[in-house]
Amino acid sequence: MTLLRFLIAAILATAAFAQVTAPARAQDGPLRIEITEGVIEPLPFALPTFIAETPEAQSWAQRITDVVAADLTGTGLFRRIPSDAFVTQVTEFTPSVTYANWKAINAQALITGAVSVTGGQINVKFRLFDVFSEAPLGEGLQFGGTEQSWRRLAHKVSDAVYSRITGETGYFDSRVVFVSEQGPKNARQKRLAVMDYDGANVQYLTDSGSLVLAPRFSPTGDRVLYTSYETGFPQIYELNVGSVSRTQLPVPAESMTFAPRYAPDGRTIVFSAAINGNTDIYTLVPGAAPRQLTNAPSIETAPSYSPDGSQIVFESDRSGSPQLYVMPAGGGEPRRISFGEGRYGTPVWSPRGDLIAFTKQNAGRFHIGVMRTDGSEERLLTASFLDEGPTWAPNGRVIMFTRESAGAGGQPGLFSVDVSGRNLKQVPTPNAASDPAWSPLLP
Amino acid sequence: MTLPRAALLLSLALGLAACSSPARFGAGGPGADGAPLSAGGGFGSGADGVTSGPLDPASPEYFSQTVGDRVLFAVDQSTLNDEARRALSAQAQWLMSNPGYTAIVEGHADEQGTREYNLALGARRAASARDYLVAQGVAASRLRTVTYGKERPIEVCSTEACYAQNRRAVTVIAAGAAVS
Repeated sequence: MTLLRFLIAAILATAAFAQVTAPARAQDGPLRIEITEGVIEPLPFALPTFIAETPEAQSWAQRITDVVAADLTGTGLFRRIPSDAFVTQVTEFTPSVTYANWKAINAQALITGAVSVTGGQINVKFRLFDVFSEAPLGEGLQFGGTEQSWRRLAHKVSDAVYSRITGETGYFDSRVVFVSEQGPKNARQKRLAVMDYDGANVQYLTDSGSLVLAPRFSPTGDRVLYTSYETGFPQIYELNVGSVSRTQLPVPAESMTFAPRYAPDGRTIVFSAAINGNTDIYTLVPGAAPRQLTNAPSIETAPSYSPDGSQIVFESDRSGSPQLYVMPAGGGEPRRISFGEGRYGTPVWSPRGDLIAFTKQNAGRFHIGVMRTDGSEERLLTASFLDEGPTWAPNGRVIMFTRESAGAGGQPGLFSVDVSGRNLKQVPTPNAASDPAWSPLLP
Repeated sequence: MTLPRAALLLSLALGLAACSSPARFGAGGPGADGAPLSAGGGFGSGADGVTSGPLDPASPEYFSQTVGDRVLFAVDQSTLNDEARRALSAQAQWLMSNPGYTAIVEGHADEQGTREYNLALGARRAASARDYLVAQGVAASRLRTVTYGKERPIEVCSTEACYAQNRRAVTVIAAGAAVS
């Protein structure tokens, strides 16, 4: 029997990146999507609607199944086989299945599940089967939570399936903080908002009374840093997501501050301060005075820590145009890493540590791109009138960013793209939206 | 925070700016929505009680309409050209003739750039204009700068004709900041 193995190139497009992925496997082996170079062939899977084990679980079972299907197909790595193609229906949540029935429709993976509801608590169980190996792929798992958290339960199922098939951690049970925008271009109103990674469950964190910009999640996802014009001048704030209370941070005297981001320790904050027209990078540790990391007459902004906290990549125009530089986290001589044509900005270090995503402006177009941390192997993933501000999914495989259309009626929206440049799509939001920042995977 | 509370804060802030204490910039500024910013060569709302007849030369309206409240910059630049220096010299004259007012110099950028770079660029432009005013004799303590980056364009098209108008520094006479 041939055990089909899928080589899916979804994520990495060039051979040089192959070393960060698992090595290629032999032709025979368990069900596995290898994320490596090659041609995309989405993996066909069967996902019968989860079984309702209690009467009130019926609608939840349908909704949870729909979210799992949307998560998996939304990656571009998987293709759901329509249920009317099934030769058999799943009516019980059993540890064994008749593999021949699923082979007949060429399903490579079968996902079965069951949902029960008792006293407002939802319980979701699922199993994943490797159809051509005729074996379960991992143990059955269950997740429980309140009715309000039903989408998270679905995302957790999706994360487990994705992880078992790709060998990578998932990113579905995560949130995105962003800026929701309304009003005309010359008087835009902006509010901080959070949503699920797929655009569901939007909640607003601030009102539209003050201009707010560029939020960032803390490494634990419980706090958000952002810039607000609450005082009439740009200043950095920290907001507790749970209580929605915010604190103005201590900054250098006579400064305008912006571009705040957390260090991986969740305590240290790096930010930009403009003093007498000159913008440099500073850090802030609770209880201590701000510390200046760069000291140059040029613009230094848009800092981002490496995931091990040892280095900072940032944007500077010291060479005459905005370019990317890396320096030790404590400050010190920066090393330029961007050398292509055009202007580079908003570098963001991948959570895997292997790549830096950036905005590039060249020949009247904007791009989101990635490069290795030494600046080599630059690849542009997108192109449009205005793309900017990439943020990484927690597993470092997907990038979300702002895309704004041109002209008087121009509006920003949120888009996502694989690190390969594939699967570009808009993330639905209720209003115009900008400046997304992805949370870590939720616990 | 609820909207009414934000409105209250804003009115408090404006109230603070209206008094003549040394901390007049403490919580003032153009405010949340930067009402003065929409004055595209004229008055945004027309609801400010401006009636026909010559403007009072000592009024902020005279400053913005007749003296001229803005200077423009080349792409990515914060250096002042001859025209900008002439405009700022006139602004400095007015400010020195009307010592009761303070001013906020706003720096702006066009949309061709990332948000945070443009904030830094706007700060540079505002400081450039402010420094020139100070060099002309305006007390530095009367001036404060703010950057809006590309957040508050005055022209909304996506061509150089609009970008050129958006790369600007605007001197906004602080509302009600006259010292009695």
